[in-house]
Amino acid sequence: METFDSYVLFALIALPLAGAALLIGVPSNKVGLIRWLATLVSAVILALSLYTFALYDHEAGGFQFERAWVWLELTGWPLGGQGIVLDLAIDGLSALMVLLTGIVMFTGVLVSWNVSERSKDFSILYFVLLAGVFGVFVSLDIFFLFFFYELAVLPMYLLIAVWGSSSDFGTFQRTKEYSAMKLMMYLVAGSVLIWIAIIAIFVQADMGTFGLRALQEGGEFSPTFQRVFFPFLMVGFGILAGLWPFHTWSPDGHVAAPTSVSMVHAGVLMKLGAYGIIRLGIGLMPEGAQEWMPVLVALGAVNVIYGALSAMGQRDLKYVVGYSSVSHMGYVLMGIATLHELGLSGAILQMFSHGIMTALFFVLIGAIYDRTHTRDIGVLEGMSKRMGTIGVLFAVAGLTSLGLPGLSGFVAELLVFLGLFQTYPILGVLGVVGAAITAVYILRLIAKVFFGTLGEQWRDQTDISRIEGLSAGILVAFLLLMGLFPFPFVRVIGSSVDALLALVAGV
Amino acid sequence: MNDFNLLLPEFFVAGLAFLVLATDLVIPDARKHLLAYGSAAGLFGVAAFSLIFLWGDTGTLYDGAIVVDGYALFFKAFFLVIGAFVVLASIEHVRKHLEHPGEYYGILIFTVLAMMLIAASRELLTAYISLELLSFGLYVLVAYDRYNAKSNEGGAKYILLGALSSALLLYGMSQIYGLLGTTRFDGIAEALVATPDLSLGVLIGLVLIIAGLGFKIAAVPFHMWAPDAYEGAPVPVTAYLAVGSKTAAFALVVRLFMEALIPAAADWQVILVIMAALTMTVGNLGALVQTNIKRLLAYSSIGHVGYLLMGVAALAAVNGDGLVSVERSNMAIVGVVLHLAAYGVANIALFICVGAFYNATGKEDIADLAGLARRSPMIALVMASALFSLAGLPLFAGFVSKFYLFNAVGTQGLLWLAGLAIFASLVSLYYYLMIVRQMYVEPVHDDTPIRVPRLTLGVLGVLFAGMVFLGVYPAPLVDAIQYAADALLSSEGVVHLLQSLD
Repeated sequence: METFDSYVLFALIALPLAGAALLIGVPSNKVGLIRWLATLVSAVILALSLYTFALYDHEAGGFQFERAWVWLELTGWPLGGQGIVLDLAIDGLSALMVLLTGIVMFTGVLVSWNVSERSKDFSILYFVLLAGVFGVFVSLDIFFLFFFYELAVLPMYLLIAVWGSSSDFGTFQRTKEYSAMKLMMYLVAGSVLIWIAIIAIFVQADMGTFGLRALQEGGEFSPTFQRVFFPFLMVGFGILAGLWPFHTWSPDGHVAAPTSVSMVHAGVLMKLGAYGIIRLGIGLMPEGAQEWMPVLVALGAVNVIYGALSAMGQRDLKYVVGYSSVSHMGYVLMGIATLHELGLSGAILQMFSHGIMTALFFVLIGAIYDRTHTRDIGVLEGMSKRMGTIGVLFAVAGLTSLGLPGLSGFVAELLVFLGLFQTYPILGVLGVVGAAITAVYILRLIAKVFFGTLGEQWRDQTDISRIEGLSAGILVAFLLLMGLFPFPFVRVIGSSVDALLALVAGV
Repeated sequence: MNDFNLLLPEFFVAGLAFLVLATDLVIPDARKHLLAYGSAAGLFGVAAFSLIFLWGDTGTLYDGAIVVDGYALFFKAFFLVIGAFVVLASIEHVRKHLEHPGEYYGILIFTVLAMMLIAASRELLTAYISLELLSFGLYVLVAYDRYNAKSNEGGAKYILLGALSSALLLYGMSQIYGLLGTTRFDGIAEALVATPDLSLGVLIGLVLIIAGLGFKIAAVPFHMWAPDAYEGAPVPVTAYLAVGSKTAAFALVVRLFMEALIPAAADWQVILVIMAALTMTVGNLGALVQTNIKRLLAYSSIGHVGYLLMGVAALAAVNGDGLVSVERSNMAIVGVVLHLAAYGVANIALFICVGAFYNATGKEDIADLAGLARRSPMIALVMASALFSLAGLPLFAGFVSKFYLFNAVGTQGLLWLAGLAIFASLVSLYYYLMIVRQMYVEPVHDDTPIRVPRLTLGVLGVLFAGMVFLGVYPAPLVDAIQYAADALLSSEGVVHLLQSLD
């Protein structure tokens, strides 16, 4: 068991890559085999991520399941022998994120059963993307964190530009090539800033190591240094988290992407940004974090309000969810910015809750789009007459989104608000206002699309398929689980939150 | 006493060149492709020989003009392998488009010999003569497609500007020799340590040498010849220009600056920093507007020269008082050489793909690549991977090498320049993605499969594996480069500098 535990995180990265390599060898016309193989691999990965989450010892806290391999030594430095180390371990925060990734990956594979064109290439790129995401969450070496971060960005262009869909609303047009390129340029622009910050950290510490914990202990980063370089991390990772005003790639990208990629994208990839701010930003530069947090909380508030207002004005279902992601990520950013136990816990829970919820939204919108070939809210009417299950599930996702008690969104947002009222009460009010606007656009949307008289042209529509239903069911189960029993989740992240806040308090 | 055993690889390569030229006279036309197989096998053989029997041996010959050390040996093996790959990549092209295969391969092997000597030179004139041997071979090869006007134009531009650059280089060397009284690298370093304040004459010599070498590596503002020569030359020769000759020039530049000019780092660093910043900016912005794939790759490699030049500028750290330190130079040397290797593998792979496409279709515009992913999945895959590698995305060699190199530059106190380079990489990703878009996204107009010879597919497979291997597990290569770097760091020039600092 000991050995198994020390390899399980490595397996989370290696399995998707191995799956991708295996798929290269499968002839591309054997679609059935490809689907089953992809499903099998991702099911194993889901099982592993559940395993790590369940067995993470929250009482001991700290980093567990650790295993390190020296990858490259750097000659001439005090710690050069551990220059670049593939150091894998998870704390409570990572454990929750790994679980989220496992769930979204598996459900995403299920809904990609209906990708028929070049499904082999699609699965290969999808697995590479997921290997990158897992890698970020489990790496404790900044080099590898960045390595996997870039690896997660790499397949996005092709995934969107080849398998995505363009939007055309007469006055408003977005081709999938445009959206894919925009997304790539924004994300890589973010990693430009991150990369600069990483080099600066390496140089400033002058220890010859990229190990996160070694840098935390031994790297003496002066207040000035932290003040200058914290924004690099905040904005660099913030771009991926949808930080206003650098969020515009995200609705376009989500809309253009095929369903499972939208799920991973909004569900998991945006969390990488928030995770990076927490892990590297607060972890390495607590003083800089304290200094810049008022800015982040203000930008987060803009995110919440601006995203919600924009979502209100959309006609495309996916754009509504895209902008609502911008709005919800605002809560995450605001929660992080409180640097308060409740706020930070809320932010982390919101990362999980929003990830599952958006994934569910995209599954359902994908199902509607596959059947009706439109996502236009103006045209879709009374769909629950023909798509009863989709309607119910959509309502669950919508209610999570507006924070109904009993669902995960409530727990997360409540904690964020509690944290906010203790630190930035005025902006906290804005947060609540944002939740109210969310209620308006979500309820209006559900009323228009699912209720009312059934549009003439939709008479022959069918309800959700079994495989899509399975995918959505898993997601709903986790929304309910966290909404009704939040305590296990709060407990797991508790030790990480305490450790992070201790860093800040130690300043 | 000269230990000529150390020069056995050079003797073998020279012998191989003559053997190819002689065999060419007796072999019937239909079987001339055998010359290529023979040449490639010979070059691979010599590379294996050098690595197996000479790795670890060091020594100097001809009174220190030629040195055999880890650094020279590393580059010799590298050039031999690159040469062999270029020979293999040439077979189809030579058979279809060029005359006189014997001379083609013979000259190619002579240029490999020249590159090997460049890496081993530790004296200005020896370096110059080796560089000229390389350039003369390349002048001929660029213009080898003699009924093609573009090939002639490229060749003419290349020879005129090449001659000019040689004149500048030679003038700069004479200036150095006249004022410092020696052409040996260690002697130059000693003289520079003895007179910390450079006289104007020495400075002029230095600037002229930088300008002359700047032409050879196509650094801005001496890059004008590169796009035309790249476009005009036969594709395998373009690959050779982009990878072989550039690497050779950098092998000389790194040794020259590290072993001879390092005490004057305070004076030349600023020049190289400005050149590097200009080169990566101009190269990457210039690439944005290209429509011909070879021209685009020419500009892209100018951009890469900028990164490498930045690494050369970072060979020494210069503090505010003008004091030179080489305490952290190790990383810069390794970074430059590692990036040369990653750049070389990716570019060779790219040009072989471009060549295979050209051989099958006769086209070389970016727009012609539309639908390549369907017409030849293997070529599209290797091309996309090589482009991602050049852009510095992970799983491929380019990510590791850029990370290492940029980190080294930051370490030497040039963080802003590393930041500019990272930003330039972002720009480069845009135009690389435009090619990927043509291959994978654009609708197919003509979906006839592209016929690619098995040999080419095999070579591409090896290069692809190499890119991924270096990107995932670079430690063996970095260890070898570390061994090469140690040779420079323990050279007499650096020792003189360190003694003066104590």
